[in-house]
Parts: sequence; C-alpha cells; structure tokens
Amino acid sequence: MLKFYEPGQDGGTPKIASTTLVTLTIDGRSVTVPEGTSIMRAAAESGVKVPRLCATDSLNAFGSCRVCMVEISGRKGFPASCTTLVEEGLDVRTQTDAVARLRRNVMELYISDHPLDCLTCPTNGDCELQDTAGELGLREVRYGFAGENHLELDKDTSNPYFTFDPSKCIVCSRCVRACEEVQGTFALTIQGRGFDSKVSAGQAEAFMESECVSCGACVDACPTATLTENTIIERGIPEHSVVTTCAYCGVGCAFRADVKGSEVVRMTPLKDGKANEGHACVKGRFAFGYATHKDRITEPMIRDTIDDPWRTVSWEEALEYAAARLKSIQSNHGRNSVGAISSSRCTNEEVYLVQKLVRAGFGNNNIDTCARVCHSPTGYGLKTTLGESAGTQSYASVAQADVIIVMGANPTEAHPVFGSRLKRRLREGAKLIVIDPRTIELVHTPHINADYHLAVNPGTNVALLNALAYVIVDEGLHDKHFIAQRCDDDAFSQWLDFISQSRHSPEATAEVTGVDAKTLRSAARLYASAGNGAVYYGLGVTEHSQGSTAVMGIANLAMLTGNLGREGVGVNPLRGQNNVQGSCDMGSFPHELPGYRHISDPQVRALFEADWQVTLDPEPGLRIPNMFDSAVDGSFKGLYCQGEDVAQSDPNTQHIEAALSSLDCLIVQDIFLNETAKYAHVFLPGSSFLEKNGTFINAERRISPVRKVMPSRSGKEDWEITAALANALGCEFDYTHPREIMAEIARLTPTFSGVSYDALDAHGSIQWPCNDDAPAGTQTMHVDEFVRGKGNFVPTEFIPTDERVNRRFPLLLTTGRILTQYNVGAQTRRTENSAWHEEDLLEIHPVDAEDRGIKDDDWLGITSRAGNTVLRARISERVKPGVVYTTFHHPESGANVITTDNSDWATNCPEYKVTAVQVALVNEPSAWQARQKKFNHRQQDLLAQAIVD
Amino acid sequence: MSLRVFVPQDTTAIALGADRVAAELRAQLATMDLDVTLVRNGSRGAFWLEPLVEIECEQQRFLVSNMESDDVPLLLSALANGPDSLEQRLKGLPGYLGSAEHVEYLSRQHRVTFARSGLEDPLDLDAYRRLQGISGLERALTLAPQAIVDEITQSGLRGRGGAAFPAGIKWQTVLDTKADQKYIVCNADEGDSGTFADRLLMESDPFQLLEGMIIAGLAVEASQGYIYLRSEYPRAHVMLNAAIEIAMNAGLLGTDILGSGRSFSVEVRLGAGAYICGEETSLLESLEGKRPVVRAKPPLPAVAGLFGQPTVVNNVLTLAAASSVLAQGGPSYAELGNERSRGTLTVQLAGNVKCGGLVEIPFGRSLRELLDEFAGGTASGRPLRAVQVGGPLGAYLPESLWDTPLDYEAFAQAGAMLGHGGVVMFDSTVDMQSQARFAMAFCAAESCGKCTPCRIGSVRGVEVIDRIIARESVAENVILLNDLCDTLEYGSLCAMGGLTPNPVRSALAHFGEDFE
Repeated sequence: MLKFYEPGQDGGTPKIASTTLVTLTIDGRSVTVPEGTSIMRAAAESGVKVPRLCATDSLNAFGSCRVCMVEISGRKGFPASCTTLVEEGLDVRTQTDAVARLRRNVMELYISDHPLDCLTCPTNGDCELQDTAGELGLREVRYGFAGENHLELDKDTSNPYFTFDPSKCIVCSRCVRACEEVQGTFALTIQGRGFDSKVSAGQAEAFMESECVSCGACVDACPTATLTENTIIERGIPEHSVVTTCAYCGVGCAFRADVKGSEVVRMTPLKDGKANEGHACVKGRFAFGYATHKDRITEPMIRDTIDDPWRTVSWEEALEYAAARLKSIQSNHGRNSVGAISSSRCTNEEVYLVQKLVRAGFGNNNIDTCARVCHSPTGYGLKTTLGESAGTQSYASVAQADVIIVMGANPTEAHPVFGSRLKRRLREGAKLIVIDPRTIELVHTPHINADYHLAVNPGTNVALLNALAYVIVDEGLHDKHFIAQRCDDDAFSQWLDFISQSRHSPEATAEVTGVDAKTLRSAARLYASAGNGAVYYGLGVTEHSQGSTAVMGIANLAMLTGNLGREGVGVNPLRGQNNVQGSCDMGSFPHELPGYRHISDPQVRALFEADWQVTLDPEPGLRIPNMFDSAVDGSFKGLYCQGEDVAQSDPNTQHIEAALSSLDCLIVQDIFLNETAKYAHVFLPGSSFLEKNGTFINAERRISPVRKVMPSRSGKEDWEITAALANALGCEFDYTHPREIMAEIARLTPTFSGVSYDALDAHGSIQWPCNDDAPAGTQTMHVDEFVRGKGNFVPTEFIPTDERVNRRFPLLLTTGRILTQYNVGAQTRRTENSAWHEEDLLEIHPVDAEDRGIKDDDWLGITSRAGNTVLRARISERVKPGVVYTTFHHPESGANVITTDNSDWATNCPEYKVTAVQVALVNEPSAWQARQKKFNHRQQDLLAQAIVD
Repeated sequence: MSLRVFVPQDTTAIALGADRVAAELRAQLATMDLDVTLVRNGSRGAFWLEPLVEIECEQQRFLVSNMESDDVPLLLSALANGPDSLEQRLKGLPGYLGSAEHVEYLSRQHRVTFARSGLEDPLDLDAYRRLQGISGLERALTLAPQAIVDEITQSGLRGRGGAAFPAGIKWQTVLDTKADQKYIVCNADEGDSGTFADRLLMESDPFQLLEGMIIAGLAVEASQGYIYLRSEYPRAHVMLNAAIEIAMNAGLLGTDILGSGRSFSVEVRLGAGAYICGEETSLLESLEGKRPVVRAKPPLPAVAGLFGQPTVVNNVLTLAAASSVLAQGGPSYAELGNERSRGTLTVQLAGNVKCGGLVEIPFGRSLRELLDEFAGGTASGRPLRAVQVGGPLGAYLPESLWDTPLDYEAFAQAGAMLGHGGVVMFDSTVDMQSQARFAMAFCAAESCGKCTPCRIGSVRGVEVIDRIIARESVAENVILLNDLCDTLEYGSLCAMGGLTPNPVRSALAHFGEDFE
C-alpha cells in the first residue's frame, strides 16, 4: 500500500478496552468512549486534536508538557487532557482564549531553550515541537535567547544508527518512558533536577556504553530532533511510505518503510501491526542496509566447475544452463537424483513455487526446507498431540498469562519484540519459570526476577518435562475436568500409567537433569496452579535427539493442566526465521503437501494433480540430511538451493562441504555469494524482502503482507526466478503476480481458503486457519476441541543422547543467538550491527576456565567428535560449570564444524544444542579455519574475475 | 526533698547550648549529695527562651530560661537546701520565669497537639500514658473503621501540611478503596523555610505521631506505615526509631496492638535533600526508590498511592491530631476554630522575630493578634514591614492585611495561604525585589523538572526579575512576569510551581514601590 508519507495518527494516550462507555461533550460535540479513556484520546477519536508534546499513545499519560490543557465546565483551573479521564456528562472545551494564551506561554518557554535552526534541522517538517509551535501561533519569544540554556550540549554519536542531540531536548521523557514501558530495558533516565534535567543513558554514559539495546523505541518516541536516525540526518525525511513485514525473526513485525525515491530512509514499526504494536528491535528497525550493500550480486552467473571463474550471463542463459544441467543429471542418474531446499526467509508464494517445481517439475518429492534444522519437531510434536503443526496463540495472549514457562528460548535476544511484550506482563506480576542451561537475561532483568530458573543439563529436557508432569499427577494438580472433556481417554490412561512411575519423579531424575527435586516440584506446582499457564519455547527444545519428544512433553503438560484453548495459555513455539511457519505450511517437507497433508494420501494428491495437471510421486522424498548423505554416496547430483546457507547453518560442516563438492550441479539463489554459493555452478541473484511482493507467516500463524518498497536489484523477484526456472524445465508457471500464487494456495489448502491479497489489504494481516468456518482467521487454536478431535497424550520416554561427556570430551557445548546478529549473519554482518558483535565467542564458566588456565579473549581450540575450531574466550557465569556456549553468526567461527550428525529421531532436526567437547588454549586457527579462509579467498577471487569480465 | 531538673534535648535547645548545660549539671551533680534527677525533656517550643531549664518539686514546676553552662553552679546552689523555699531560691536566677502559667507566651496558647511537648522525656512511655497518651488509640480499638473515619470527619480536621484537604474525606476514600494492602505514609519532609513544628513534635512527643498513624491504619485497614523523614532531621530520626522500638516492645505496634489482634508496623525512611519530596506524589516516588518526580493526579494516592496501593498521605501534625480527635471525640475537637478551619493552628514564628518559636492557637485569631501577643517585634528592633505566611511559596503580607483571620479561607481570600503555619517576619530593610527573585530562584533550585512551567519558567522568572532590577524595559518585563506567573499558576503539574507566583505577585501588588 503506497501512500504519501504522513506521520501516523496518534491518540495521545493508550487505547482503553473497557466495555463501559462514557458520553461527554467536547467542543460542543457529543463523544462516547470507553471508561478510563483520557479526554485527550476522546477528543482525538472525535477528530479534535489537542496540542501535546509529552503524550503519545504508545506510552502512559505523563502530564509534563502542559500544552494539552483544556477547560471543563464546573471545574476550576486548566486540567491536562492527557491525565484527566472522561466522566459522564463532562463539557470540555479544547480551544478557548485562556487556554490558547496559556499554551502559547508554555510553548514560549520551550522555545526559549531551543535552537532556532529549523531550516537546517534533520527533522524539519517531521517535528512535533515545530508543528505544535505552529498550531499554537507562537510569534515571539519575549524572554530572548540570552538566558540560561542547553544549546551548547554535545551530541552523542556513539550509536551507529542514531544520534542524541541534547541541545534539542525538551525533556518530555518520552524516550525514557519508551525504554521502560515499551522496551523494558530501563537504560535511560533523567539525570539532575529542575532546569538541569537531562536525558541520560545509564549513569551519564554514551549510548553505546550503556545498557541500551538500540531497539530505537526512544528514537521513535522523540517528538523533536533530539533522537534521530542517522539515515534521516544524512538523507532527510521520507516522501512516501509502504507498509510491509520484517524479514528477520519469527515475530513478524509490521513496518512502515519510509522511503525517499527508491531508497529506504527509515523503518518505522507499525502501531497497527498486531504482532508488534509499534515496537521493533535493533535488527528490524535499523539493520536494513544489507539490501543495498556492495556485496549484493545482481546479475546471474554460471560456471562449469567451482574452480572456474564465474561468468556473468543473461537471465535466459543462466536459466537454460541450469535447466539443461538438471535435465542431464536426471537422464543420467534418474528422476530422484535432483532436489531443492527452500528458504524460510522467502515468501510463502516463493517457497510454494519451489515445492511445486520439485513435485511437478522434477517429478519427485525431494523438497525440504530449513525448518528441518529448527522447528520440524514442533510440526511433528504438535500435530501428533493437538492435531495442528503450529503454535496455539497470538502474541497478545501473553498479556493474559499468569505463569509463563520459557524453555530453551531466549526471547530478549532472539525474539526481542515479543521479549518486550513478555517483560511487560512479567512486570505486571505474572510468574516466570525459565528452563535453560544458561542464565538468560530474563532470569534477572530490571524489575523482573524469574521465580524459578531450572538450569537443566543440555540433552535432558525430556527427563525434566517428565518430572514436571510426574509432580502434577503425583500431587493431583491436573485438570481432571479438562482431560475428561477434551482428551482421548485411552491415550491419557496409557500416558498416566507411564508418567506415574517413580522413575520419572524429580527425586529420581535430579541427577540426570541437574535440577534439584524441591525446586522442580515448586515450579511444577506453580505452573499447574497459578491460573493461566503459557509455555513459550524455542530451539533449545527442538534441536535435540529427542526434540519431537520434548515438544510432545510440553503439549502433554498443557493438556494435563487444561492450559489450552483460551487466551493467556497455550503452547507457543518461538520461530527462528521470519517465515518458518509459512515455509512449513506451504508443503516444503518431502512428505507433506501444503496444509500438512501427506503425499501418500491419494485424495489430496488427486486435488493437486488436477490443479497442476501432473502426476505426483506418492513416495516422500529426501530430507536435507538424506540429500547430503546421498550426495556423498553419489546418488544425489543436483540441488536447487533457494536463499539458504546450508554450508554455514547445517551441522557437521565438513560433511556438508563434502556433499556440496560432490554435486554435479548446485544452483544457488541468494542475494549474496554465501558460503553455499562458493560451491555452486549457477548463481541466480534474488531479491531482498524490500524488493518483492508476497506474504510471511509468523509464529502466531499470522499471514502478513510483504510489499515491494524498491525495485528489485536483479530485476527479478524470487518467485519470478523459480517460475522462470520451471518454465525452462518445461513446466508452465505463468503467474504475473504473487497474488495469483496465493489464490492457488487458497484454492488447494483448506486452512487458507479464505486468504487473499484483497483480504490482507483489508485486514492488515490474517491468522490461519482462515476459511468458511473462520472467515476472519483464528487467534486462538483448539478453543472448543482440538484440531485432531481429542487431545492425544503421548508417552515420552527419556532416552539419553549418544552425545555424552567423557574424559576426552568433558564439556557440553550448546549454541544460541545474540540480539544484534541474525542466523548465519548474511544480512546483519553487512550492517552496523557488527558494532555490537563482531565475532562469535565461546562462553565458559569461571571454574572451567580456571581449570584450563583460560582468561577472557584467549584463543580456545574446541574439539568434538566431528571436528574442531578456534574461538576466543568469554568467561561468564551465564553458563553453568560443565557447559560452554557459542553463537554461529560468523562463517569463519566454524561453530558447525563441531556440531555432529546426531538428530531428532522423528524429524532429523540436528542436535545443535548438545555437543561433547574439550576446550584448550591454542595459538592459531584450526586446520578447517585455515582451509576455509583459503577457499573463501579463492572463491572471492573467482567472483572478482567474473565482475571484471 | 527529691527534685527533677529538666534540660530539653530538642535540636534547637541543643543548638543553643542545652547539651552543655546538661553535661555540666551531670558532672557537678556527681560530686554533690543532692537528690536531683536530670531529665532530658522535649521542648515547649518557646525557642527564644531556650535552653529552658525546668525544676520540678512536689507538683510545682519552675522555669529558668536561657540557661548557659556557666549558670549551672548558680542553679545548683539554688537547688541546695537553704532557709528559703525553693521558689524563693530560684527567683534570684537571671532567667527565672516562675511557673509555666506565668509565661504569657505559653499561657496564651491553646495547646492540643503540643500539649505534652516539653513536659517529659519524649521516650518515656509511662509518662506519655500519664499525660493522656494512648487514650485515643484505646478508643479507636473499640470502634469499627467507619466509626473512626466518622470521628475524623466530624472533627473537621484538615491536612496540616499546607493543602488543608479534609482528612476525613481522604481517609474515607482509602477505606472505601478495596485492596489487600494499604499504607499510611507520614509526610515528615518538613521543608518550608521557617517551619519546625513537625520536627518539634517528632523530637518532643514521638509517641503521639505513632499513635495517630496506628489510628489511621485501623481506620482505613492499613497494616503498614512509613514515615518519610527529611535527612536534615537527624535527631528526629533517632527519636522516632527509638520510639518505634519502645512501642514495638510495649505491644503498641506489631501484630497484636494492645492485645486486639490488629496489626500495624511503622518504618522510617530518610529523604535525600529534595524540597519537592514534601509534595505527596513525589514523596511516594522517592519512597518507592525512584527518582522523585511529581505524579499526575488522578489517580489520587488515596486510590493508587504507594506501590500503586491505596494510601493515606498525611502530614505529621495531621496524624498527631488524629490521636487528640479520637481521645476527645471529633465533635469536641471541632469546637475549636473558625468557619471551616477547625481545631488549632500551629504557627511557627521565625525570620526577623524577637520571640521565635511555636505557637498553637485555635484558628480564627488575626495575624496581627498573633504578632502582637507572641512575636514581640523584630529581632532587629526595626519596624516590621512584611510577613510571609505559609513557607517560601506563601504570600508576603503588608500591614494592611495583618487583620486577616488565621483561617484557610480568609487567607485564600486575601491571596495568601496558611500552609504549614510558617510565619517569617521581615523588617523595614527588606528589598521586596530580591524576595520576589528569591521565590523564582527557590523554585528553580527545587523544581523536580517534570513540568515545563516550573522547569523552564522558574529560571526565566529569575532572569526577568533580574532585568526588572536592572531597570531594563521594566513595563514590558512586568507584563511578561505576570504572564509567567499565570503560566506557573495554571499550568504547573503540582503546587510547587502553582504557588511560586504567590510571593512574586504579593511583592508586586503590595510592595510595588520597591519595583519602581
């Protein structure tokens, strides 16, 4: 939706949800609003703007600026309309001579301490102070400008994305309040008092040195040019904007891309965005510069072998070359010798087309997606127990939760906008149980302390979940009514027999899990008896040899306590990438057609065969690890890899490298020459999320529009590339716009049948299922009954992983994410976000460090059964003794050189979270790192030569 | 013949040498064979007489003012047995005043809240009981919460901190707001220049404050009280903590108040030197451990106060008065006073005054009567020119307004306020331009910085007055100053900015000649 740039509508104070209505008169007009609404908001809702500076509807009323004064009949003085609530029958006048004079006088005071540089000010034309001075008719400042002032204060330019210019500050505290109320970091404060009051990061620190997490809420909240994006300072204010959806994590924040010409100058989180409600993080708000980074490859390239220089060619030549090589492989090695991997960072329409290309064009089902390596156990576990492969709630549901379990997830780092929502609820008093080997930020953060932190040993989640269930059953805390009404009797009684065995008791499992029985019992009681219990979990649950078992264990717990089917409860996977949910929904797994319908089901197949005019193979195809294994053994020869960097992200890097090296044809479609592309024969330059139309689906099943903000640098959106490749292979993919692809998805997928671009334009976003039964979409799943009918309790036997510590590998490595970097870092490493995290570090407990003579920043060799790499040390008590931790955002770190081939029994999701390692001081990079560096240089040279051609 | 000698231990008396007198007495008594007990009492508040030593013998009590340690031998020789009566012997001392009834400064007062002040050791709980202490609490324990609130309402007691809000309405609101936890917060951040009544009460009769707080707790169903005490009152801090411990041990505080099964606890919290913390919402922020900025109202603290819970925030004197109200009954308390100002007003005479000190009288006497009967003129001996009533934000009153009755409404009508009862006197040498400037400067120094009129306006106010003093565009600047006063009065978030125009405007209106 293209529109001229216009600052968003602002009601001044938050919307109130009360159902009791109050009617009053404002400027002679009758206005009816919910009880508890401010006069300012009531006026705004009736189209009357009361001037204001310290009020904005994302923050609670504060009452400091005093320009929103009004008169109320029968009341003395001039109440502030932001802090005065509506009452039945009030007669409010927002414009009287007395009010106008007072407001002007207040504005005169403001301007007496403000630089008169509007014409050269970065926010000239987008400044509430300027606008308000205009509205109030301020014509002179009788105080002059020689008085005491703040005009000489120095700027703080320490943050790479925004500048703090205190000389322009009006001390409205919107930034401070945004940091507290919206973000929940409490990094900002007002220092000093009276005229000396000054916004300060931390204890008068520079922003970068303070606890600021650069979410930008302060910048967004600032009504002046005090906190301004550097892009605005450098390029000026935008002239139009486009509403779209963030392409980082699975929160799926809605943004207004503010554009000048075809250049994005600012990303502003959308207040109407249901996933984020106006909030954003350092990635979504600021880290969009990668889209215009010089590393972008914008022309197709081909080469015969990976030792040849790249040749830049036309789209036609590249696509014909690719098609010819794939056809030749299939004719020599059989129909099943080729396959594709689709990307959870691409749109639904794009991943849908890739699986269609494989099934209809390649004639097999060798399609898999990166969800394989993250949330495939969620799909399996939730489908098996509840009947649908998706989270049960909306994010907003957390505001109704009374006790929250966060397990194997680190929301403040990996899902920061949801993390802020969660923290708000916790500050309101909800209880918190953190289950994580690491002391994540949520355990102790301003105004929040977890009630229980169960620092489970890596690899023992299932034992721990069983112990929680054991206690609930043992102490009779389960919801017998819910179970009887909603769950399958036989399954429950079998499960009950299983879980009641004393071997699952916390006393029996404490040694394995590392969590003492008393604490665990208390935590179980809290979850079972504190009202609405909600579980939020992440890859710390799924990326295990028993990932699917753990997901079912969580679902069992939720059914056991009746915590499903309403607001405030549920089982909520926090999805890693922007469109993991969507790529799974779109039939990207080898065994499932869109909508999670098995390929072996003849009725489902018939539906697609009729629509696509092909015959489908009923046999499930290869999963990603099978593809690599088959490549190494010679039966799998051609791979089309869309927007996915398996060489960096998948486990046991050396095995992946061997597999990629043995392919006859590797087609990589990406925006950068990523690690995988260095093994490719065909490079198809894709488009960033800013350059395409489509949809993403976030972890709350919310289908949100992605809209083209700027022209595609390569000339083709990714769906166009896949369609062109399909056409080159002889299929007929004749789409002219992604809306047609969505129409096809809706036609073929019962849970999407009500979805269309028109509906998305009308509603902003839609949560599936959306069909005749739920035309407006579905906020909460399983309300009256489970999708599968009766809830299915599944026994969850704990089977320890093979990956165990011993004398040779005495430590357990677990991996995770950091706030400022995203996944393999292909995007964030090409932004200023690297100012926060320029390398991956190995966190090690002081005790383990001392045993090995390790100090901060020492080079450490980390060796596992799979390989070894070298990282620098960060001594930290966030990890417990015996556990080490790193991230994998940088390719040269080789974090996945160490991770092993072990994977989830049901879905092959890799066991990233548990690798037995030894750590020792070293003084040079590992052999793999040396090889990788050399290989990388060689490939960069081959790329440079192509460009020279 | 056993004697008791009283040497006050209140801050003012100590500042004037009371400790030295007491030390000397103690040292000399140790070498003598006299049946004399030294008691460190509180102060009666007649500070111009301090150190005011009292000698008690067989129900008779004699006052000797302005004692110094050098006078101790004289005193002791008077105490030693002799042919004359004790009274006769004491009469020869330089500061001899006779009995309290003979001291007009005291006898003309009508003491209710300060009736006990200075009579006994402030931490002697038995003495407190003897002097009718605890009777209010005992009565309250027999009443239902609503009945206690009704007593307060009937008494007409209004907030003594300065705002004069009816205590009964406040208590009723807290009682009517349902919550698991409610609080009683005593505002002891007595920051007005020239005021000391709160301190005197806390140092001289701390049990009365505790009793009042317990009664408030019973009335509104609050179980926890906090006394927010300014850090500049170290002696009051010691006395309050000692009194709390004694009260706990005696079962007045704790989980079983006087065996009733009811509970109430009190803690003292120290401020950190900000005038604005005397403003109730700012005080609550500070008490919560936050930066003390004023909160916008609503919500009223009575509905959502400390930690968001219903809270009674009352001044020291208001809470103390509650014990008197309960002891004698609301209607009886209401018999004193004038119009809507019931009970007694505690005036603190300060500034350029000869007889500085605390004066408790029923509302309704005129300011002139107060000055004539108690102040004794200026300390300098020069004619009195201006009187500032109600602290640094109170109006400066010229002689033409001194006949205004001391009641809240009459003062408001005169463009002034009684506030916390501070009365600061200025003689004929006062420069009212500087006094007007001081009002703005005070506001600038003490503004919390939250709202714009106060944060920027106070600084601009100083600058504008400086220009007037320098005779720059006087007419325009006076208009601007008046505009600024309007902005502060009508635009400020709290009373601090809202009242700052009072001294400025009164200086301009009544002492215009100083600005010409």
